[in-house]
Amino acid sequence: MQRDSTNYVLFFTMTMTVIVAVVLAGMYSSLKDIHTTNEQNYNKKQILSSLDLAENFKASEKADDEVASIFEKQVEGVVINTAGETVEGRVAADVKMEKEEKKAEADRQYPVFKYKSDAGKEYYILSIRGNGLWDKIWGWVAIQNDERKTVVGAAFGHKGETPGLGAEIKDNKTWQKQFAGSEASKLMLYSDAGTYQGLMVKKGGAQDKSYQVDGISGATVTCDGVTEMLERGLAIYMPYLDSIKK
Amino acid sequence: MAETVQAVELQEKEPLFGAKEKRLLIDPLSDNNPITVQVLGICSALAVTTLVIPSLVISVAVVFVCAFSNLIISLLRNVIPKQVRMIVQLVVIATLVTIVELTLKAVNFEVYKQLSVFIGLIITNCIVMGRLEAFAMANKPWRSFLDGIGNGLGYGAILVLVAIFREVFGKGSFAGIKIIGNTSDFMINTAADGSWFAWYSPNNLMVLPAAAMFLIGIVIWVQRSRNPKLVDIS
Repeated sequence: MQRDSTNYVLFFTMTMTVIVAVVLAGMYSSLKDIHTTNEQNYNKKQILSSLDLAENFKASEKADDEVASIFEKQVEGVVINTAGETVEGRVAADVKMEKEEKKAEADRQYPVFKYKSDAGKEYYILSIRGNGLWDKIWGWVAIQNDERKTVVGAAFGHKGETPGLGAEIKDNKTWQKQFAGSEASKLMLYSDAGTYQGLMVKKGGAQDKSYQVDGISGATVTCDGVTEMLERGLAIYMPYLDSIKK
Repeated sequence: MAETVQAVELQEKEPLFGAKEKRLLIDPLSDNNPITVQVLGICSALAVTTLVIPSLVISVAVVFVCAFSNLIISLLRNVIPKQVRMIVQLVVIATLVTIVELTLKAVNFEVYKQLSVFIGLIITNCIVMGRLEAFAMANKPWRSFLDGIGNGLGYGAILVLVAIFREVFGKGSFAGIKIIGNTSDFMINTAADGSWFAWYSPNNLMVLPAAAMFLIGIVIWVQRSRNPKLVDIS
């Protein structure tokens, strides 16, 4: 065959495609199990990192095995529907918020993780998801199931916010610390009068520290997205939390 | 017949690692650096250099991709049809990058998440394709392989250098080891009572891509002022 003939070009490209496909497919399928375990551990670590501030937890510095064993021993997952009823037969860790949000609103299901500390304290970790400036943002908020739902910490993630500005919701630990509140004033999801107030990222600085945290300068749109996500996302879990309290 | 024998003998006399081969490795590190002299692969150099570890990982990935794509293309250089030469090069690069991506995802998931799209973007890194077109298509496999390693290392050296400056001055840490900052996690806690370093605060500009551009600019400046070969005479 001539090196410049069409037949040769076709033969060459096809052979090459087949070889490449076989190599990559083989590699992908042989590594698939490791990839899934890694991804699961990574997600678990992120969920637990919302407790970082609550009890000096430092989930992000723990090894994968340790996180997996904490999850096994101390975390209990529950899946709920929009009415706040528990759904049987579904594992909470397998519920993906990005898939749930594509469903019709009434069909969505949400994971709740109950963490029991060695000292016997109970925290509920709630998953939320919303929109930032450029793309999706998400987070986990750890609360205590008391009268006013005291917030003990939060962790956030994002897909494509601007580094140094919107991305600070994930990177800026000082900002995140606000969600743990101080001894004197904790953030609470319910107001004094017993109405749901959600949480708010307040531009220009928090005024009412029972539900507001300071905004990040230069990241107004992302912060508004976080506010919306917190207010709407956390409200979904309230019927469930109220029902198990009684 | 006699002529071919002589030619074979001549070929064998070429040393495996002579002066020419050495230059292939050393040149891209300074005189012909892909970033500072050829000005290729700038975008990833600005984007991934906030931390030392991810920069190291991406440097290793580029060395691997560069070396092996050079080797493969050089082996195939006489059978690749001229019309589809670029596509073939891209397929080879893309395959190697995917191999790197799958491996990293299995070995270190956190760094994989940190680098996210930038591993995939090695495919579009001009250094890799540039070396294939300029070198591997016209040279023997062993030399092409060395050229790939040299250029990958040249790229990685600048990346790591910039990353060290950005991490140390921007975040107060080096390769994840916390050196100076305002919490008790750091070796030098500037917030501690009576700390000698209470005046210190990290330079937030260093975390932004703009800082990488200044730093690379400074590296280019220093390099040109010290190396007369690089001075533009035109």
